[in-house]
Amino acid sequence: MAHGAGGKATQTLIDAVFLPRLGNPVLDRMEDAAELVAGGTRLAFTTDSFVVSPLFFPGGDIGDLAINGTVNDLAVRGATPMFLSAGFILEEGFAVEDLERVVASMARAAAAAGVQVVTGDTKVVQRGGADGCYINTAGIGTMIPGVRLAAASARPGDAVLVSGPIGEHGITVMLARGELDIDADVTSDTAPLSGMVSALLHAVPGVRALRDATRGGVATVLNEIARAADVSVVVDEAAVPVSPQVRGTAELLGIDPLYVACEGRMVAVVEPDGVQPALEVLRAHPGGEQAAIIGRVAADPPGLVLLNTVFGGTRIVDLLVGDPLPRIC
Amino acid sequence: MDKSVRMGIRVEGVVQGVGFRPFVYALATRLRLNGHVGNDVAGVFIEVEGPAETVDEFVLALHRQAPALACVDRVRTEPREPVGTGGFAIVPSDPAGRVATLVCADSATCADCLRELDDPADRRYGYAFINCTNCGPRFTITRGVPYDRPLTTMAGFALCPACAAEYHDPADRRFHAQPVCCPTCGPRLALLDPAGRPWPTPPAATPADGPADGPLAGAAEVLRAGGIVAVKGLGGYHLAVSATDERAAARLRARKHREDKPFAVMVADLDRARRLCEVDAVAERLLTDRAAPIVLLDRHRTGSPGPDGPPIAPSVAPGDRSLGVLLPYTPLHHLLLRRVAGPIVLTSGNVSNEPIAHEDHDAIARLGAIADAVLTHDRPIHVRTDDSVVRVFRGHPMPVRRSRGYAPEPVRLAWDTPRPVLACGAGLKNTFCLAKGRHAFLSAHIGDLENHPTLRSFVDGIEHFTRLFDVRPAVVAHDLHPEYLSTRYALEYEAPHRVPVQHHHAHLASCLADNGHPGPVIGVAFDGTGYGTDATIWGGELLVADLAGFTRAGHLVPVPLPGGAAAIRAPWRMAVAHLDAAFDGAPPTGLELLRRHDPAWRQVAALGRAGLNSPPTSSAGRLFDAVAALIGVRDTVSYEGQAAIELERRADRAESGGYRAAVEPGDPLLIHGADLIRAAVADLTAGVPPAMIAARFHNGMVDAVVRACALIRSGSGLSTVALSGGVFQNLLLLERTVARLTSAGFEVLTHRRVPANDGGISLGQAAIAAAQDRA
Ligand SMILES: [Fe+3]
Ligand SMILES: [Mg+2]
Ligand SMILES: [Zn+2]
Ligand SMILES: [Zn+2]
Repeated sequence: MAHGAGGKATQTLIDAVFLPRLGNPVLDRMEDAAELVAGGTRLAFTTDSFVVSPLFFPGGDIGDLAINGTVNDLAVRGATPMFLSAGFILEEGFAVEDLERVVASMARAAAAAGVQVVTGDTKVVQRGGADGCYINTAGIGTMIPGVRLAAASARPGDAVLVSGPIGEHGITVMLARGELDIDADVTSDTAPLSGMVSALLHAVPGVRALRDATRGGVATVLNEIARAADVSVVVDEAAVPVSPQVRGTAELLGIDPLYVACEGRMVAVVEPDGVQPALEVLRAHPGGEQAAIIGRVAADPPGLVLLNTVFGGTRIVDLLVGDPLPRIC
Repeated sequence: MDKSVRMGIRVEGVVQGVGFRPFVYALATRLRLNGHVGNDVAGVFIEVEGPAETVDEFVLALHRQAPALACVDRVRTEPREPVGTGGFAIVPSDPAGRVATLVCADSATCADCLRELDDPADRRYGYAFINCTNCGPRFTITRGVPYDRPLTTMAGFALCPACAAEYHDPADRRFHAQPVCCPTCGPRLALLDPAGRPWPTPPAATPADGPADGPLAGAAEVLRAGGIVAVKGLGGYHLAVSATDERAAARLRARKHREDKPFAVMVADLDRARRLCEVDAVAERLLTDRAAPIVLLDRHRTGSPGPDGPPIAPSVAPGDRSLGVLLPYTPLHHLLLRRVAGPIVLTSGNVSNEPIAHEDHDAIARLGAIADAVLTHDRPIHVRTDDSVVRVFRGHPMPVRRSRGYAPEPVRLAWDTPRPVLACGAGLKNTFCLAKGRHAFLSAHIGDLENHPTLRSFVDGIEHFTRLFDVRPAVVAHDLHPEYLSTRYALEYEAPHRVPVQHHHAHLASCLADNGHPGPVIGVAFDGTGYGTDATIWGGELLVADLAGFTRAGHLVPVPLPGGAAAIRAPWRMAVAHLDAAFDGAPPTGLELLRRHDPAWRQVAALGRAGLNSPPTSSAGRLFDAVAALIGVRDTVSYEGQAAIELERRADRAESGGYRAAVEPGDPLLIHGADLIRAAVADLTAGVPPAMIAARFHNGMVDAVVRACALIRSGSGLSTVALSGGVFQNLLLLERTVARLTSAGFEVLTHRRVPANDGGISLGQAAIAAAQDRA
C-alpha cells in the first residue's frame, strides 16, 4: 500500500521495476508529462489513474479529479492542455446514477479547463475486483512556445511560491471517509491550473519550474526539486498558507499539512527578478488570491529541504517512506 | 653487579597529552635506568636498560603510578640487546604508522593549577586559561592525531619564551602540555554586546585581580544585575543567569523557548553544593571528578541554601525535588563564580531543541537575541560537546548523558570486535559509536537529527572520529526505523556489510555491553517508542536476548498511538487511547480528563479506532503518559518524558499498595495495562488523591514486570534480568523493580557507563554487530 503513497516507496518501485525495463531518454527525465516532438510541433503527453475513497467529497468527486489531474500535469509542464482520453474500470453493481454524476462532473471540468475528451474505454470487473470506480485519463497538449520548465533548473537565490492554501483536498477526503467524528468546514481544492499557468508564463519570463502538489503534498514536490537541481530549498514555516480549518484538522490527525495532497495547487520556482510580478499574476487569478512566497532556493545543503520553524529552529523536511511513523522516543 | 638487560616497552591507552612521558622520564631517572621514551601513533614507546630487577620494578610502576589523566590499556615488553649507552632521554614524536593511541577527554582544572590561579606571585595569577598536563581542554580542541599542538586549536598561539621553557622541560608539570599558555602568549577573554561589538563600558581592571579582570568583572556585573550572559566554555557556549534571581531565570526560559525543563546550576565548590542538596560519598566523587558532570542531586527538604544566601529561584527547576549541580571545571568558570558570589544557572547556549553553539560567529548570530552580553575568547572549539549528566543509583553512577569529560574515551568491551563497526544510533538523543578491538568509541551527545545543524554535527562527528581513531568501518549498524536520519545515513554509507538492529534489542545489548555480560538474559526494555520487527511501535518489551539475537518473550498489550507523534506531544491523547481500550469504547463520562477535552477526546478516540495515522504501540512510556494525564499531572509536554517524570515526582513514596495487571502467559506473554488504567480510574472516581494513584500505578508496573520475569524464568531457566530504556531513568520504578527482582532471586543488570535512554543505543548496535560478526 505504501508504494502508492507518492513518497519514497513509489520512487523505489519506479527505479527497481519500471525504468530498467521501459526506460528511454524521455521517460528517464521523470517529469510530470513527457515532452515530444511530432510533425515539428512540441507536445506534452501524460497519463494518470485515479483511485479515491470516497468517490464523492465536498468540493468535488473522482470525475473532476480525473480531468484536473491530467490537465494540471500538462499545464505545469508548460503546455496548453487540449485532448484527453478517459478509461473507466467499474465494479459490477456500481450505480448508474453515480456514474452519471461522475461523468457530468468530468464534462464540467473539461469545459472549465478548455479540453475535450476525445477517446475512451470502459471495463467492468466482478464485485470486489475494484472499489466502485477507477478512472484513467491521458492527455495531450501543445507546449507554449519559448517555455522550458524543469525542476533541475532551480538555482540558489530563486524564490519558491505556492499558488494558494495547501492541504485542503487531502484533509477533505480524509474527513469524507466518515471514520472520524469531525465536522470541519473544508472543501477540496480540485481545480484546473491551466489558466493560471498560462497567465503566469505569458507574463513572467523568469519562471524556472512548476509542479502540482498532489500525492505527498508540497513537501514531496520540494524534495523533488531539491534533488533534481542538487540545491537546498529553505521554507519559512510562518509563510506557508494554511487555512485554520486545515491546520486544526491536521493537528488533530497529527499530520503535517506540508505532506497533505492538493489537487489544484502548484509550486513555482521563480528567479529573483520575476518574483514580484509572478506573485501579482498569481494573486490576480481566481483561486490564486492567497498565493505566497514560502521560501527560497539555496546552494547548501544540496538535496535537502529545510524548514525554518516558528520557534527559530531548522528542521529537515524529509521525503516520507510510507505512512508517517513517529520518530520521537 | 647485576648483568644489565634492555627492554623495549609499548604502552597503549590514554597515554598522550596526560603527562606520561615526563612521568616515565622521572621514573627512569629515579631508578637510574638508561634509555629513552617517545610518542608515536600507537601510544608511547620506551626502551630502558639496567639491572633486571630494576627494569621489572619500572614496568610494574608504569601500571601502578601512571598520571591522573592516563588510562593504561596494555603494556607490552620485548627484550632487546643491551647497548650500554648512558642517560635517559625524551625523543621526538614519530607521526608515522597506523593510529592506535586514544584521545583524552577534557578535564577539570587540577589542584596545582588552581593554586597558581590564586597566587598573586604566579605569572598565571587570575588567568582564565591556565592548564597543565594533568588538566585542561583536550578532545574539544583536538583536530587530529598524534595529539600535538599543531593539530589542536592552540596552533595559532605561539609559545612565549617562559611557556616554551616549561613545555620543553621534562621535569616541568607543563612538559608537552599542548594547550599550555599564559597571559603573554595565550587566549584572551573579551566581553561583547549582543551584536558582537566590544562591550561599551569595560569596567576598569584592578591590577590586584589580574589581567583578565575587565571582561570577567563586566560579565559578573551583568549577571548580578539579572542579565543573561552567553559564556564560551569548553565544548560550546552556555547561557548563564544568577540562579537566585527569579526574574532573570524566567526571562531566560522565555527567550530560550524552554518552558519547563530544569536548568543546571553551577556552584563555586563542594561546600556550596552541600548547602543546596544531599551529597553522599558517590555524589561527591562525581562532582569533583575530572569529568565534572552535572550531577542530579536531591534537594534538601527545606529548600534553603543555608544561612548565607537567598534560595534557588523557583523557575530554575520548577517543582523538581532534585537539582542538576556542577562545579566549575575551567579556570574561567572558577573566576566567574567568585566574582558573581552566588550560584549561576548554566544551560546550553541554544534555542530549545537546537544544538549548542560552539563557533563564535554562529554563537553571536543565534544567541544575540537571547543574551545581554557575551563572554568569549579566541581559543576555537573544534568539537561541540555538551555537559554530561549523571545521577547516583545504589552507590553507582548512572549516566543520563555521556558527553564532555567522558567522550571520546572508549567504553571498554569484554569481547573482541573482529571488524571495525560504525553504529549510527537512534534519531533523538543520538550518539554514534565506532568499535574496534575491545574499544567502543562513543560520541558525545549529538541530539535530535531532524535539526539540520545537529545532523551536520553527526556527519562531521563520524568523519572526525574515523580519522582520529583511524577506523575504516567494515560493518555499519543502524536502527530498523526506516525514517531515522541515522538509518538513512547508514544505508548510504559505503561499507561492505550492514546490520539492521531492532531498537529494544539495542537497548538491552547496550546494558549487556555496559556490564560485560554476554547474555542470554531476560531483558526488560521500557521506553517511549522504537520501531518493531512487525512495523508497529514497540516500547514495553520483554526480550530473551543475548548479544547476537532475541525473541520477543512478552510485551504490553498494544493500543493505538492516536495521531502518531502528536500523541507523544499530548499525553492526554494517550489517556484517551488507553481509556478507550480499557473500557471498550465507553469510558466513564464523569472523568475530569474527558471533560477537559470534550469534544476533542471523542475525535481522538475515533482516530485511534480508525487506525488513521495511529499505529499500534506497546509503549510503556506512553502508559506512564496516559496515567499522568488521567490524574491531572499534565496534558501536554514541552520536553521528552516530561509527563512521566512529573508522575514519578508526584508519587507518594510511602504508599506500598499497588494495582494488579494481568500477565497473560503465552508466546509472547501479554501485560494488560488496561487493568492498571481501570484500577486508576476506580481510585480516581472514589476520590483517592493523585499522589496515591501515581504510587499504586508505579507499584503495579513493578509487580507486573516481576511476575512477567518469573514466568519467563520458569520457561527459559534464565535468572538474570537486564533493565534498559528511557523509562528506567525513573528511579522510583527502577529502585522498586531492582529490589523486587533481587528478592525474587534474580540477578539484575542496570546501566553504569552509558545511559539507559537512546544515548546508549549506538553502543548496543555496535555490540550486536560485533557479536554477529564473531558468530
Ligand atoms: Fe528508546
Ligand atoms: Mg500525475
Ligand atoms: Zn593543571
Ligand atoms: Zn606564555
